[in-house]
Amino acid sequence: MSSRTYQHHVRRALGYAVLVLFALIFIAPFIITVFTSFKTDSDATLHSLDPVPHPATLSAWQQIFGIGSSASVADVPRWLFNSAFVAVIITISRVFLDSLAGYALARLQFRGRKLIFGFIVATMAVPGVVLLIPQFLVLKELHLFNSYPGMIIPIAVDAVGIFLMRQFFLQVPVALEESGRIDGASTFQIFWMIVLPVVRAGLITLTIISFQASWNQYQFFLIATISPKYYTLTTGLANIIGGGLSAGNQFPLKLGASLVTIIPMALMFFLLQKHLVRGRLSGAVKG
Amino acid sequence: MATLSESSGSVKPVTTQEELRSEAAVTRDGARSGRETGRLRRGESIFGWFFVSPAVAILVIFTVIPIFLALYVSFTNWSGLTSPFSHSVQLVGLTNYRTLMTTPGLYQTDFATSIRDNLYFFVIVVPLQTALALWLATLVNNKYLRGKGFFRTAFYFPSVTSSIAITMVFIFLFQGDGVVNTVLGWVGVKGPNWVYDQSGLFTNILNALGVHDAGWANHQFIGLSLWDWIAGPSVGMCVIIILLIWTTSGTFMLFFLASMQGIGEDVDEATAVDGATPWERFRFVTLPLLRPALALVVTLGFISTWQVFDQITLTALANPTTITPAYFAYQVSFLDSAFGQGAAVAFLLFCLIIFLTAVQRRFIKEDLTT
Repeated sequence: MSSRTYQHHVRRALGYAVLVLFALIFIAPFIITVFTSFKTDSDATLHSLDPVPHPATLSAWQQIFGIGSSASVADVPRWLFNSAFVAVIITISRVFLDSLAGYALARLQFRGRKLIFGFIVATMAVPGVVLLIPQFLVLKELHLFNSYPGMIIPIAVDAVGIFLMRQFFLQVPVALEESGRIDGASTFQIFWMIVLPVVRAGLITLTIISFQASWNQYQFFLIATISPKYYTLTTGLANIIGGGLSAGNQFPLKLGASLVTIIPMALMFFLLQKHLVRGRLSGAVKG
Repeated sequence: MATLSESSGSVKPVTTQEELRSEAAVTRDGARSGRETGRLRRGESIFGWFFVSPAVAILVIFTVIPIFLALYVSFTNWSGLTSPFSHSVQLVGLTNYRTLMTTPGLYQTDFATSIRDNLYFFVIVVPLQTALALWLATLVNNKYLRGKGFFRTAFYFPSVTSSIAITMVFIFLFQGDGVVNTVLGWVGVKGPNWVYDQSGLFTNILNALGVHDAGWANHQFIGLSLWDWIAGPSVGMCVIIILLIWTTSGTFMLFFLASMQGIGEDVDEATAVDGATPWERFRFVTLPLLRPALALVVTLGFISTWQVFDQITLTALANPTTITPAYFAYQVSFLDSAFGQGAAVAFLLFCLIIFLTAVQRRFIKEDLTT
């Protein structure tokens, strides 16, 4: 019996060791990125695993935020502004328009509803990456290429979000709307004042996945814009990685700029993890 | 609009009081006249269209029309400078498709390379990410485990971050004197110059075994020699393979966890009492119950490996032999200004992904109903 408990303990310890090792593999790259951003270029290149910078320097961060004399090619504050601005507008738009459409598809009687729903489900299958060429064409024809509206309008709605909101609206009791109808509220008033507050969980989930998607968006912005003034964190960062900077490999600067891209998502992730997980699951089971 | 709404009234006329009651269980105003209800329903119809129209308009203009435009452009020699409908743009029939499939040349070789590379992604990434995700899920699902939340968070975190930022981090980790090679140095292995290394993994293994470019392998097959087809992923591509597995397995772990929570402990305990070993319990009890989740994860993996793009845009400069069709379409269009040619690649890729999605939807539906 005692040998069995001993075996049990060994197995348990092994299990934890494996888990900790894997957790380390998943987290270590981020930790290494943080301390590398405080190193000099040569230190970062030659002693990449040494956690202590020799010497510690804020030079990469000063360049990132445009402090000091060293003029930087990486206009990170501008990228940060563009990323935040575009992501906020897209998120607001998606939450509003996806909810409107989702509500109509869940609850309103109108001819063609089934057809529209089938259409939404079909467009969920269309992979964004194959649309880059014709979307560029459409943006040019509509004179939206290389502008904020051009970055926002084409992705201001997403089919998965409509599908998600429809699922949430289907769970709202019909009785709720009927009571509003008796009080003489219009359909929009019923939607806006009675039903929308009930699906708060759905709205939070949609807000998070929309913000995450537009903050991390890269391929669409790559083809929708060409001027550096429209660079977001992703397109700007890709540009300096691809050789927009001439002197050396500049790992601390590039990794620092990567951190500026990662940290807001990390904060949102830790604060709102539950909603994020639910959003990921509901977004995926879309078949 | 008026005719539409009127006719929709006839689709589901609510005229009798009985029907009104069944529609709305709480309607106390049973005396409401039929005409009034009809007006209500008509209003609803207008609102219905009004509510869906912004979403439908955007999806039509920026998703549906582009699909047809891609098809049209793929039959032209559009350079991207003028409008594709101007007189200078010529219809060239199937030339762009022939260039990819049958006309020997640089584009045929590059296209074949992109297909080959993506096949290796497909064959290597999908099984590994599925296995790792399943394994992590079984570890984290242990009811005696402490710090469950911490481990789940750690494994899932990489998948919420920007693909560009994460690729940058990996380029740094895998540089010549980087973290990975330092760790390999501890065990006496001299690591390669990862991202920049264009040599094939299988070629290197075969070379090490003394097998070199044999005569039969020079036979050409769609733009590449057989030797090139079996070269395996380039060493540079291995970095992206590791990156893809690392960023996706956390998400797929969540799918398995959600499914495992539905199984419940009593099943597991019942078999434990029967004296089954943990492996037998996993193999014969848990795994069959996880079949729907497994089907979902595998098919999502199939579809997503054909969409790898962001990471390649950062590494293609350093390693031009590691490309995907999605990146190749972009490169040909936006960097070589051969949009017609690029659109042909994109359209072929579109057909492939739609086919895989259709298979997935059928497959998953059947699996969920059985």
